[in-house]
Amino acid sequence: MDARRESEPSPVKNPTTVERKSERELVVTRTFNGPARIVFEAWTKPELLKRWWAPRSVGMSLLSCEADVRVGGTYRFVFGHGASETMAFYGRYLEVIPNSRLVWTNEEGGDGGAVTTVTFDEKGGKTLLFLHELHPSKEALDGAIGFGEGLREMFEQLDELLVTLGASVGRS
Amino acid sequence: MVQYSNGRLDASFAALSDATRRGVLERLGRADASITDLAKKFHMTLTGMKKHVGVLEQAGLVTTEKVGRVRTCKLGPRQLEEETAWIERHRQLWASRFDELDKVVEELYRKEKIDGRKKRE
Repeated sequence: MDARRESEPSPVKNPTTVERKSERELVVTRTFNGPARIVFEAWTKPELLKRWWAPRSVGMSLLSCEADVRVGGTYRFVFGHGASETMAFYGRYLEVIPNSRLVWTNEEGGDGGAVTTVTFDEKGGKTLLFLHELHPSKEALDGAIGFGEGLREMFEQLDELLVTLGASVGRS
Repeated sequence: MVQYSNGRLDASFAALSDATRRGVLERLGRADASITDLAKKFHMTLTGMKKHVGVLEQAGLVTTEKVGRVRTCKLGPRQLEEETAWIERHRQLWASRFDELDKVVEELYRKEKIDGRKKRE
């Protein structure tokens, strides 16, 4: 039960590793070239979150981003795609340990949504970020990524990958 | 949104976690092969290869058929793309987010140094 895929090594960007740890768990790891307090700040100030949470390449923009980052505080991100489509993601912060750990719920899917834990581990001026999503069921994780049509560019890249794979693996 | 109703996703991930098994899939993508062929190709014992093929078969990635004394393997009905695509979608999302986050971190860090607000460590 271990599938992983890493980004191509690049002289500029650190690789992002995504791994499905189990039926209900997804783990993402990434190193950032800065101390934990800086990376933490970028995860906890809405005006900073807004700058990276919905990257342009995903084809969605973040219309609003509210985050009251303290235990029991709530967040609400509203994404837009085109003029009319919007999608809101919201939940509550369960744990907030400055420069070290964040835990929040994802409640837009109704009862028993996913719980996301992020830890910030500083070593030699760099920060190893570890993100863990625990989903309520296998099906919930199988169907995760709720960006709908907005993932245009991602799918295009995916198509390229499938062509590559199709060339070596063949029939579908 | 793409829905995955297939209950074999996990078996597929497990099957794909091994380099030999991925090699076998690639090989079978080019042509069907017997277990003996595959064992030879991958420098393995027949028993070892049977085991790998068994895992792939269970995941639905490979099917086998025995004709006479030869068991022939071919790619199964399940698509490898589904699993790869699933992980890749997640990776793309997080990688693009984090590449943007890099810029924010770099900017904050630079600012902190310039402002001389750097805390004593």
